[in-house]
Amino acid sequence: MSDTAVLDREIDRSKLQISDEIAIEITMMNKWYGDFHVLRDISLTVNRGERIVVCGPSGSGKSTLIRCINRLEEHQKGTIIVDGIELSSDLKNIDKIRSEVGMCFQHFNLFPHLSVLDNCTLAPMWVRKEPRKEAEDRAMHYLERVKIADQALKFPGQLSGGQQQRVAIARSLCMNPRIMLFDEPTSALDPEMIKEVLDVMVDLAETGMTMICVTHEMGFARQVANRVIFMDQGQIIEQNEPEEFFNNPQSDRTKLFLSQILSH
Amino acid sequence: MSNRHEPFVASGDIQPSPPPSSVVGPIAWVRENLFSGVANTVMTLIGIYVIYSLLASLVPWLLLNSVWNASSLQDCRSIDNGACLAVIRERYLQFIYGFYPTEERWRPVVAFVLMLVALWPVLFAGAPRKLLYASALYPATAYWLIWGGTIWGPLAVMAGPIVGIILYRVFDKVLSGMMDEGIAGILSMAGALLLTITWWLFAVVQVDAILGSILNIGLEPVASDKIGGFLLSMIIGVSGIAGSFPLGIALALGRQSNLIFIKALCTGFIEFIRGVPLITLLFVASVLLQYFLPPGTTFDLILRVVIMVTLFAAAYMAEVIRGGLAALPKGQYEAADALGLDYWKSMRLIVLPQALKISIPGIVNTFIGLFKDTTLVIVIGMLDPVGILGPIRADQNWNGIVWELYGFIAIFFFVFCFGMSRYSLYLERKLQTGHR
Repeated sequence: MSDTAVLDREIDRSKLQISDEIAIEITMMNKWYGDFHVLRDISLTVNRGERIVVCGPSGSGKSTLIRCINRLEEHQKGTIIVDGIELSSDLKNIDKIRSEVGMCFQHFNLFPHLSVLDNCTLAPMWVRKEPRKEAEDRAMHYLERVKIADQALKFPGQLSGGQQQRVAIARSLCMNPRIMLFDEPTSALDPEMIKEVLDVMVDLAETGMTMICVTHEMGFARQVANRVIFMDQGQIIEQNEPEEFFNNPQSDRTKLFLSQILSH
Repeated sequence: MSNRHEPFVASGDIQPSPPPSSVVGPIAWVRENLFSGVANTVMTLIGIYVIYSLLASLVPWLLLNSVWNASSLQDCRSIDNGACLAVIRERYLQFIYGFYPTEERWRPVVAFVLMLVALWPVLFAGAPRKLLYASALYPATAYWLIWGGTIWGPLAVMAGPIVGIILYRVFDKVLSGMMDEGIAGILSMAGALLLTITWWLFAVVQVDAILGSILNIGLEPVASDKIGGFLLSMIIGVSGIAGSFPLGIALALGRQSNLIFIKALCTGFIEFIRGVPLITLLFVASVLLQYFLPPGTTFDLILRVVIMVTLFAAAYMAEVIRGGLAALPKGQYEAADALGLDYWKSMRLIVLPQALKISIPGIVNTFIGLFKDTTLVIVIGMLDPVGILGPIRADQNWNGIVWELYGFIAIFFFVFCFGMSRYSLYLERKLQTGHR
């Protein structure tokens, strides 16, 4: 929970273009778990090419927020529009959005009974109905990009945590998503593995991918994000450009949070 | 002594070397596993003594002093004091076939050999995948071989699913023009399924009769009450196993369903069947079931028993598989959802392969239990191997013989149950994909 894995590479900021096109539009979204009001009046507009880092204390609803974007969680009030499609209980829209939005989980959630390659080709072959050859070629391409192509025939259980998370990223990319969601992708990793995963995420940012990351890697937030969102108790408390956010936080709660995670 | 340590820097790499002979090899194994300590040594010696005593009485009884040639128990006893295996020699065909007509006994043999062929692609991934289509034809083929009759009945049964698939295609095409694709798919699936079942229940017998009167190709019919012995155990056991597995999966998934009606139906079925002894269900099959069926349909007794045994095992199977489903981390369901897989695909490709793998020991447990429970059909008067015992022991010549006959039946069941157990271990090893 700190700057431990500061990225030691120069990021080509010129590649980080943000377009005017809107990728995600959330308006006055509310969610309850039973009686518990987890998300309160969330409004957020994400343009294509934005890299947003969401942070906040545990239980603040940040994971729930991004899980609402691909409907792993259902919201009860307000609207979420992803890629021009409004999320409703229509299963067809949900499946369409899910195949456009990639997601990486804290615990990777690779399929342990399938090889790395099969993990990557499964969704293209069964959801997009691509021929095996084509799916495998693209899978190898992405596995190479996350620098793990030599492990393609192994099973996830034989890889380290960092390698598994990189495979998980490649698996999402194989569906050619236009938006990537990251739910604490480095929280379950050892320090030395955090860097290899962050490297892959920086590469991804440089391709112009729209990214929303729930993470405590403040080094990543500083260097890659164009916007940092701070959440507490189900609300968005503050959002700003990283420079301003870290150097000049406005809200007391933000100040407290930053002092806690940056103090050591 | 001071607590200070000298500074140390490794001067080079230490190369790996082979272990000493006290760690590997047969002598090391014996020392490690049999004589590693006082307690272990004592237990090893006791074990050796027990095995020796068992063999010391079993070997003379079964091998050295046993009698193979005799016409009655008295004969046996007058020849030698060992096992009277002459009774097995005289009656083993009855144990295998029951009262199946002698000149037709090649048919169950062919059915058995074909079963092994049909099982090959199902059990072993190395077999050609195309053989699975041939395996799908096996049930009707085996039925025809064992019960005989015209060939039209089994052909009509086999035609059911094929016609069903064609109907599904046609319905789907017609309906998808009119409404939402998903609903059209479900509707045409339900329609095709309903028509196929209707075909089986009401049309097959008539088609068989009509075509049979025109062109009578077929085998000599054999009535169900002639079928007995191991043949009967195999028929009930194998069909029960083959039927209860898919039904159990369906029930387990149904019980987890979000649709409250399906969930209630499956839960009710499972709880009801589990709460009732198998013997009760067998009585229902032999006596009561006839009242519930449309008048005029005569349902074969063996078929009724197979249905009951299948339903019974399916309820247990469902709970075993539900355990596997519950053991799967929630993240697996989420990852499948996040990739855009729909319910059926995520079940088929992600959830079930893992849940079934976790459940293998429990599933095989249920299979073995089912196979041994087939001996319960004796209570409704069917002549399974244990049922065959009665007439043999009532025979004046063999009156009083016990161990040899029960032992023979025990060996039969042991071979098959042990085989299933070994297969499950093989499968678990094969599906092992590294620690999770």
